[in-house]
Amino acid sequence: MYAFEIERPSTIADAVKALKDEDAQALGGGQTLIPTLKARLAMPSALVSLSGIGEMQGVCIGDDGAVCVGGATNHATVAKETASSFPGLSGLAGNIGDPAVRNRGTVGGSLANNDPSACYPAAALGSGATIITNAREIAADDYFQGMFETALDEGEVITEVRFPVPEKSHYEKFVQPASRFALVGVFVAKYADGVRVAVTGASENGVFRWSEAEAALSTDFSASALDGLSVSADGMIADLHGSSEYRAHLVKVMTGRAVTAAS
Amino acid sequence: MASVTMTVNGKSVSGNVEGRTLLSDFLRNDLQLTGTHIGCDTSQCGACVVHVDGEAVKSCTMFAVEADGTDVATIEGQANADGSLNVIQQAFQDHHGLQCGFCTPGMVMSAAALLKDNPTPTEGEIREYLEGNICRCTGYHNIVKAIMAASGQDVSAVAAE
Amino acid sequence: MPKDGGIGASTTRREDVRFLTGKGKYTADINAFGQVSAIFVRSTVANGVIKSIDTSAAESMPGVLAVFTGEDFADVGGNPAGWLINSRDGEPMKEPKRPVLAHGKVRHVGDAYAAVIAETEQQARDAAEEIIADIEELPAIVDMAAALAGDSYVHDEIETNQCFDWGWIEDNRAATDEAIKNAPHVTTLELINNRLVPNAMEPRASIGTYDAAGDSYLLQTTSQNPHLTRLLISAFVMGIPENKLTVIAPDVGGGFGSKIYHYGEEALVLAAAKKVGRPVKWVADRSESFLSDAHGRDHVTKIELACEKDGTFIAFRTETLANVGAYLSNFSTATPTFLHGTLMAGNYTVPNVYVNLKAVFTNTAPVDAYRGAGRPEATYSIERVIDMAARELGMDPIEIRRKNFIKPDQFPFASAAGLEYDSGNYDALMDKMEAMVDRKAFEERRKASEAKGMLRGLGINAYVEACGIAPSNLVGVLGSRVGLYDAATVRVNATGNLSVMVGAHSHGQGHETVFPQIVGDMLGIDPASVDIVHGDTSKIPFGMGTYGSRSLAVCGSAVVRATEKIIAKAKKIAAHMLEASADDLDFTDGQFAVKGTDKSVSFGEVALKAYIPHNYPLEDIEPGLEETAFYDPANFTYPSGAYACEVEVDPETGKVTVERFTACDDFGNVMNPMIVSGQVHGGVVQGIGQALLENTTYDENGQLLSASYMDYVMPRADDLPFIAVDHADGTPCTHNPLGAKGCGEGGAIGSPPTVVNAVIDALQSGGKNVTHIDMPLTPARVWAAMNNA
Ligand SMILES: Cc1cc2nc3c(=O)[nH]c(=O)nc-3n(C[C@H](O)[C@H](O)[C@H](O)COP(=O)(O)OP(=O)(O)OC[C@H]3O[C@@H](n4cnc5c(N)ncnc54)[C@H](O)[C@@H]3O)c2cc1C
Ligand code: FES
Ligand code: FES
Repeated sequence: MYAFEIERPSTIADAVKALKDEDAQALGGGQTLIPTLKARLAMPSALVSLSGIGEMQGVCIGDDGAVCVGGATNHATVAKETASSFPGLSGLAGNIGDPAVRNRGTVGGSLANNDPSACYPAAALGSGATIITNAREIAADDYFQGMFETALDEGEVITEVRFPVPEKSHYEKFVQPASRFALVGVFVAKYADGVRVAVTGASENGVFRWSEAEAALSTDFSASALDGLSVSADGMIADLHGSSEYRAHLVKVMTGRAVTAAS
Repeated sequence: MASVTMTVNGKSVSGNVEGRTLLSDFLRNDLQLTGTHIGCDTSQCGACVVHVDGEAVKSCTMFAVEADGTDVATIEGQANADGSLNVIQQAFQDHHGLQCGFCTPGMVMSAAALLKDNPTPTEGEIREYLEGNICRCTGYHNIVKAIMAASGQDVSAVAAE
Repeated sequence: MPKDGGIGASTTRREDVRFLTGKGKYTADINAFGQVSAIFVRSTVANGVIKSIDTSAAESMPGVLAVFTGEDFADVGGNPAGWLINSRDGEPMKEPKRPVLAHGKVRHVGDAYAAVIAETEQQARDAAEEIIADIEELPAIVDMAAALAGDSYVHDEIETNQCFDWGWIEDNRAATDEAIKNAPHVTTLELINNRLVPNAMEPRASIGTYDAAGDSYLLQTTSQNPHLTRLLISAFVMGIPENKLTVIAPDVGGGFGSKIYHYGEEALVLAAAKKVGRPVKWVADRSESFLSDAHGRDHVTKIELACEKDGTFIAFRTETLANVGAYLSNFSTATPTFLHGTLMAGNYTVPNVYVNLKAVFTNTAPVDAYRGAGRPEATYSIERVIDMAARELGMDPIEIRRKNFIKPDQFPFASAAGLEYDSGNYDALMDKMEAMVDRKAFEERRKASEAKGMLRGLGINAYVEACGIAPSNLVGVLGSRVGLYDAATVRVNATGNLSVMVGAHSHGQGHETVFPQIVGDMLGIDPASVDIVHGDTSKIPFGMGTYGSRSLAVCGSAVVRATEKIIAKAKKIAAHMLEASADDLDFTDGQFAVKGTDKSVSFGEVALKAYIPHNYPLEDIEPGLEETAFYDPANFTYPSGAYACEVEVDPETGKVTVERFTACDDFGNVMNPMIVSGQVHGGVVQGIGQALLENTTYDENGQLLSASYMDYVMPRADDLPFIAVDHADGTPCTHNPLGAKGCGEGGAIGSPPTVVNAVIDALQSGGKNVTHIDMPLTPARVWAAMNNA
């Protein structure tokens, strides 16, 4: 690691101020950033730790019934606190990495990073969440802009994420066996006005919605509704762990399983 | 440099650290608590697992500054007050849950965190909980068995010695 | 019943206490007074000419004490290969120099070409980034067939990428060819034995210290065999006199082969310590380990099995390309030849065997022995092709093996591949395995899996391996440049407790517990009064170290011999004390007693007498009670086993789950069943890792794609079931005093074909005509195979 200072503000305002510094970078749980720093792939002059900001911690239910998660809330807390209010989200958070990672990694860090194989982007996109920053509210449909690309501006902090609660949902993850991220992960959520299907791990453009499946499932919420649909291998990731054809195939299998398991 | 103060294994300690000083560096280099091991640089192996305020964390993936004011527990503080092995440690010895010993501190710390939340975990729950702890020697057989035994379960039916 | 804590008892391990309380002392845990840090600068290209290296900026960075490049070691020796292989035409193998730091050319990604010594690790890292190397990248030589066909070379000076072209046994070649030509049935299989990264959980580390007063050196290092490391550094690389170099391997966090070898980093920290006058410490990070530890396996093989229509084997013939990587590592020429070709008759009476093996240089990390070393490759080839032949002939896979097994009354048996197996009972192992598996119950389990939409398969396997590696006379004829005995000193202290100095090094195998069990048993004393000293060349007589499952069979036998000498001398002293003739004494339970009387002295009293020799026959017997033995066995030992694996395959995703695994092994006499089971568990899981998970992949530019735990799939707890093991009632080894065969590698040797056979069985049961898939059988590969079938 190169040398840097760590600041530990206790309010969002102070954090945002500290992040004005050109080479300053936000530090969430560090579960992605610290390994990156160890490899000397980043050279911030200062890290602004968000973990001491009380107003970014915790889970609550909003007036509209949405689950609101503070941007610095760790995965373990989300898994625990949403178990009954939003089991699909709870299951997703409770399956990220391993217990020690879940005790540190945060929803804000995961969404800011937007790793193409990460789990949270599927939940956010699949539930039509709103990403709330110090400056604005961004609809998930506008937020994800390709691998590691998001709508966030320099120095913008995810302070909260609001997840509308579906009638039924489930996240089905086929793990990449080494990293334990998603080789393909599918989040399916059934709302009164239709079904959303978000796919992570598969596409070179990062998380995406599978609209054909959404249409089919909106009329018939069962795995068999997917019969006859297929996903094109074009634009799918190909690596050591699977070809693009394999990933395309898994998208359909995981979607079907998610529908069957949805609760 | 920043000064940090924390409780480690029940004792208050302080030191001056750089921003980039990891909790694992602070434990190993400043406090000479070398039982916390480093087995990777990508936060996968779990040889470095300690407890911070009662929660398992990978000490190689947390800065020492972030542990300021916390209560840290490491493998060195796990034995009983009289120095004898605690229940988990004893089960690891009784069931040969370690060979080279390198992954062992992290395994014991993870096991302790698991049993705190889930006093009688099933085999499957133990295996899943250990997803972030890699052992190259034991094939995990005797680690899983030891944790089941430590939780008071009868392991006599588990295959072989 | 084993004696309390003696031979055969599942004594819990005394070393566990320090490991469980965080008090283990691994190399990285040691901080020498005044130590400074070394960081290596490693090639990011697989093949390149070093045009220039400008170190001036780095040298002026804060804290920097010295910078080294390959130029600094141009005049010292290379790290040698320990085994000379001659090609079929009699030509000796090609042995290009393996320098301490790359010189002239870099030959694999991770090849170190410079090193920085600085006050702190971060300063050394900062300075390392300031080294400006002009390296002209050349096309990488990665694929073995292309390497042999092409006209660019990993080592220009040898003008070929072929290290050797070996035939075993060359005199059997014509007969084997003829037998195959005339055979009623020939099964042919082309397969890959995948490259593996050993991944001991402790990364390599070394601390070099120089003492100007005595012009002597100390190397603390992660080694499985400190004496061999000292020998290589002294005699070949650095020319430091052996008596001026102490090598200590403290607690070592696993090795699996990768820490047998001497590596350039060890020489560098010694040279640097002398130059800067301070101890120099280097600790690899995992990323460096992936790039620079010796890898394992990496064979491409075509095997043919010729047999009668009734399944009687007529011949095995293989053609193999074995990757040795960019440089020859210490055992890299022995592993694919004498640890592989000699096993190609398996457990069978097959009359004809011929092995052709070409070792190939490529721009990849060196490849050397990894748990099993050569024998897993042999077993995999044989046991896969047998399964395929059984299927082609419509025979049961167990039946075809039994039909060809060497029978118990045929031992000692001279195999067609040139070894003499001393003992074994392969049918008995198969019986035991079949009873544990219960094939009728398996059919029920298969139905249950099918009801869930899963395919279930049962794979079985038999293996024999050669370990306890030695004897020197034989390995000398076969090309070994070292002896393969081991040594032990038993020191009885005046107060009756013992220190036993052993050449074997324990890095998880439990020597500190097991060797005292043996000595305690022999002397009739409490094993707790016996302490083992290992891993320090200044304290132990000599040793060839721990690998090839040899610690017990070879070093343990040296311990027995030294203890026998102790008993013989103690008996003479006791005879004097009892005023009797030594021949009239019995020695049981730690007491020397005159036969037929109640006169006796205890072992402890004799020990005291030896050190306080009043009223002592000094003219006949020296004072003191300490004996050393070097033990060089008469043959390898031949563990064997019958394994079974049950898998479920998800036909939608191709994911394979190991549901059950059964390992029945014959390790001869077992000293500590608990520890032996642990060795089997670990070995089996490494084999399951090879079969299903571990995927070392270089791209066409020689970049390692699986270079961290983000991509290299290590087996985890949730990938595995409990493993059922049985190693009771083995057939004792006939030529060592313990009757013990090695147990460290069987699991890794026997398991890969078992798993693959199971997956093929599952796919076949589901109507998929898949006959082979190369390891690792990842979900994607299994899915692709199913869909192409
Ligand atoms: C062993 C291991 C296994 C893992 N497995 C999975 C898995 O299965 N699925 C999965 O999805 N992830 C996985 N992860 C990643 C993990 O979930 C991380 O928590 C996550 O990717 C990043 O979150 P973090 O809080 O640690 O962010 P950090 O690492 O601290 O930061 C990541 C990036 O986000 C920025 N950032 C952090 N917080 C904010 C914020 N509130 N606002 C704006 N920017 C911010 C940082 O500046 C940085 O650029 C794994 C990680 C590890 C080490
Ligand atoms: S050292 Fe912390 S996870 Fe490997
Ligand atoms: S005991 Fe060696 S890595 Fe687990």
